[in-house]
Amino acid sequence: MTEVKVSKEYKTISEIAGPLIFVEKTEPVAYDELVSVKLSDGSMKRGKVLDSSDKIVVVQVFEGTTGIDRSASVRFLGETMKMPVSKDMLGRILSGAGDPIDGGPPINPEQRLDITGAAINPWARDSPHDFIQTGISTIDGMNTLVRGQKLPIFSGSGLPHNDLALQIARQAKVRGEHEEFAVVFVAMGITNEEKQTFMKEFERTGALKNAVVFLNLADDPATERIVTPRLGLTTAEYMAFELGMQVLVIMTDMTNYCEALRQVGAAREEVPGRRGYPGYMYTDLAQLYERAGRIKDKKGSITQIPILSMPGDDITHPIPDLSGYITEGQIVMSRDLHRAGIYPPVNVSSSLSRLMGGGTGEGRTRADHKGVSDQLYAAYAEGKDLRGLVAIVGKESLSEKDRKLLDFADLFEDKIVRQGADEDRSIEDTLSIAWDILGALDMEQITRIDRKYIEKYLKKKA
Amino acid sequence: MSKDGVIYRVAGPVVTAVGISPRMYDVVYVGNENLMGEVIKIVGDQTIIQVYEETSGVKPGEPVTNTGRPLVAELGPGLLSSVYDGIQRPLPLLRDKTGDFIFRGVTAPGLDREKKWEFNPVVKKGDAVSPGQIIGTVMEGTIEHRIMVPPGLEGKVEDIKSGSFTVEETVAKIGGQDIIMMQKWPVRVPRPVKEKMQPDIPLVTGQRVLDTMFPLAKGGAAAIPGGFGTGKTVTQQQLAKWSDAEIVVYIGCGERGNEMTEVLTEFPALEDPKTGNPLMNRTVLIANTSNMPVAAREASVYTGMTIAEYYRDMGYNVSLMADSTSRWAEAMREISSRLEEMPGEEGYPAYLAGRLSEFYERACRAMSLCGKEGSISVIGAVSPPGGDISEPVSQNTLRIVRVFWALDTKLRERRHFPAINWLTSYSLYNKQLAQWYTDEVAVDFPALREWAMLTLQRESELQEIVQLVGSDALPDEQKATLEVSKMIREIFLQQNAYHPVDTYSPMSRQYVMLKLIRKYADLSAKAVQAGVPLDKFVSIPARQRFIRAKLETNIDAELTAVGEDMDAQFKALGV
Repeated sequence: MTEVKVSKEYKTISEIAGPLIFVEKTEPVAYDELVSVKLSDGSMKRGKVLDSSDKIVVVQVFEGTTGIDRSASVRFLGETMKMPVSKDMLGRILSGAGDPIDGGPPINPEQRLDITGAAINPWARDSPHDFIQTGISTIDGMNTLVRGQKLPIFSGSGLPHNDLALQIARQAKVRGEHEEFAVVFVAMGITNEEKQTFMKEFERTGALKNAVVFLNLADDPATERIVTPRLGLTTAEYMAFELGMQVLVIMTDMTNYCEALRQVGAAREEVPGRRGYPGYMYTDLAQLYERAGRIKDKKGSITQIPILSMPGDDITHPIPDLSGYITEGQIVMSRDLHRAGIYPPVNVSSSLSRLMGGGTGEGRTRADHKGVSDQLYAAYAEGKDLRGLVAIVGKESLSEKDRKLLDFADLFEDKIVRQGADEDRSIEDTLSIAWDILGALDMEQITRIDRKYIEKYLKKKA
Repeated sequence: MSKDGVIYRVAGPVVTAVGISPRMYDVVYVGNENLMGEVIKIVGDQTIIQVYEETSGVKPGEPVTNTGRPLVAELGPGLLSSVYDGIQRPLPLLRDKTGDFIFRGVTAPGLDREKKWEFNPVVKKGDAVSPGQIIGTVMEGTIEHRIMVPPGLEGKVEDIKSGSFTVEETVAKIGGQDIIMMQKWPVRVPRPVKEKMQPDIPLVTGQRVLDTMFPLAKGGAAAIPGGFGTGKTVTQQQLAKWSDAEIVVYIGCGERGNEMTEVLTEFPALEDPKTGNPLMNRTVLIANTSNMPVAAREASVYTGMTIAEYYRDMGYNVSLMADSTSRWAEAMREISSRLEEMPGEEGYPAYLAGRLSEFYERACRAMSLCGKEGSISVIGAVSPPGGDISEPVSQNTLRIVRVFWALDTKLRERRHFPAINWLTSYSLYNKQLAQWYTDEVAVDFPALREWAMLTLQRESELQEIVQLVGSDALPDEQKATLEVSKMIREIFLQQNAYHPVDTYSPMSRQYVMLKLIRKYADLSAKAVQAGVPLDKFVSIPARQRFIRAKLETNIDAELTAVGEDMDAQFKALGV
């Protein structure tokens, strides 16, 4: 990827530990500088500088240190890691290190960009308020996604988050305008089998033509996994802020990324934080997630859907926990709904989109949207509570009103939550289903919607 | 004092230099690009520096310059309506200089050097002045900015001018020293006051659950913990908008970029309910988002606090929001771990508790050196991992602050906003403030408040029974209690921050609303005694009208009408 000016070559490796090598050197080496390592069998590996002092440099090798011995030679490349970007990347499938793996030609770069990226000046940010339609009712209707938002999916192993990710990648669109829309799909630590599925799905549905796909596999080195999302986001920044496109970045699975972070941290013998994850994991994740956003006077935007599987379905685990503090809400997948055969198994009660308020209502979705979603939430929550009560006292002892709420909860899961893997619902479809099921409640149970919308939309069952 | 050294080692934001002999916390400039940093450790001839900017590409051997002074904030006219990063660089200026992204090595002064301010002296030549005394005023927008003698200086006024000056031009000569309008103050050192005072006046926020149930005193400190998505940020923003402090300092410490944008776009658009001017005119914003350098995040709360103290010293009430102190603590943890310090609980440095209490202790109501009364009320958000407040940052914070607004995920799920749990929150200021409420709101206000709290308490006990046997098993009297507490929750405690009317509720209206609920409670108790069936008085139209009244523009008239309706409708039931 980066074959540029070549400096002095060192054969002075003093220590090799995990993914790290320690090199003695004589000339100054920059922090974060790229390094190439030539093994005794002639093969090449790349790495970057983690710690640079007067005499010794610590290098993290991307491809792992297998095969490196003390006689391997090390070159410092005099620059930090760059990503070649170009408009032609759309439709391409790249490895986790950014090299094409779809058999196509190499990327002919228009620019080479630093992959770390710089922080967007908060003053230059524009607030996100344009609705993105994903075609999924539980997201569009209840946890609306807007351009520039980062809305993660908290899932667990064995849950269909990858199907949902693909469905969103396929269906997501910006409505009403002729905007250029692109998807950057970043897979980290996925199995070969998943890779096949992803590639096949992208080709089958034709979604690939508007997408750039990065695939870092489970057996690729952990150090590469740390680089992959940065490559994807650098590409996204280029497409959004240079080319003016609306870019959706889907990153799966962030848990694998964090594991890699922990692995490298441990190899560096850092003082570990919670559950052995490095103390700087919050800042590190922020540097990925915060690359989403909109910028004043620029047409494009970056929206992120990071996907992570919660170890042991534990939402307090450091990975979902720290992610939740940076992202603007979360979509939570439920094992119970999945067992009940409901797809997508989105647990609406614990999901939230923090930027929903700005992206819904008159002129964005529909004027009744906010009230309807509040009402659905409230009624569903009450209905779910009653399920617990019914288990103790039986359905018969419930009042008429409570029975309606109880039925409503079932209806909600069946009509709003459940939808087909190829079913692309417009926001109007979602709202009309919502009004349908609200008809099952008594008038006085509908307290959160403005009267005029009730009169306009509510069809009472005869 | 400045002596040049060289970089010896670079590892992330921590840089080791040799060849300089600085004092602790001196500011140094690192590398060819002059990245700003602060000395945090000295070992032999090695100086450990935390750098406020990204260090990639920095090499050993590059120069290091010591400025010989600690990190200071620039204080003077021009602070209000500014938007700074954690080390007081104006963000709009940075955007002009480097574009939409922040690149490193950019310097920008905290105060505008060009702008002229109209200085009106209030002392005469020959007057003796003491430290902190006001020598003149400047109109900073609509706020009277009082120019004070710098702390530590006193003497005779040898010369005093009047007219237009920049912050660097001499406006007076005192005790042989030229006085300019700008003061520089080291951010980690509290500014002196004459005397700290008892906080016995509430900070009125217009938020019913806060003002009535869990009030914060001016000069006090409150903590808002909350798992993510409990509406912590919205609550804090409401406080910034509506609290009756003259000056608002909002520190976005390690917060989300988009949320900061919301603050940055909303504030300038907001109208100050008291003056009709933009709210921004009396606000200082500090925005250091989570992806901006971690060392600057660590410094941001001190920068904000120093600015707040400066306005307190002029005799203003300042409310300072720090969102979030957990992110600040995490910055400490991160830097500490880079320094390979021995970690304390959960990897936080052992000095965590000390730093937190030092910070909250800077909140106070005080007689300032100039003889005026001022205050800083601090509202710190803590974001405990997994919403579990047993972790060190929450625990150490709770030991210091006297008000706790417990945001609750369960309430959020029910869309009960603000999601402040009325059973677990507390305010230790209630007693101290009772006198004020009696004098300023109504004699029976403290009693009414107590009654409401008791009713809610009673509800939670009854709920336990309902969980077991169902609500039908309760006697009517208890069912009525549940209805009343439902009204307290839904009408009084729930407040819609986005609704133009409901967003702010003056104390007088809070009293009227609570009084109305009390009236309903009394009438329904009578109705129960008179044997009126529960359904009859539960479903009276006055209740629906009450709920809707909150959202009406003529709310106060509506509330009066609700009271009349209530009387009439209960009468119709024979009560």
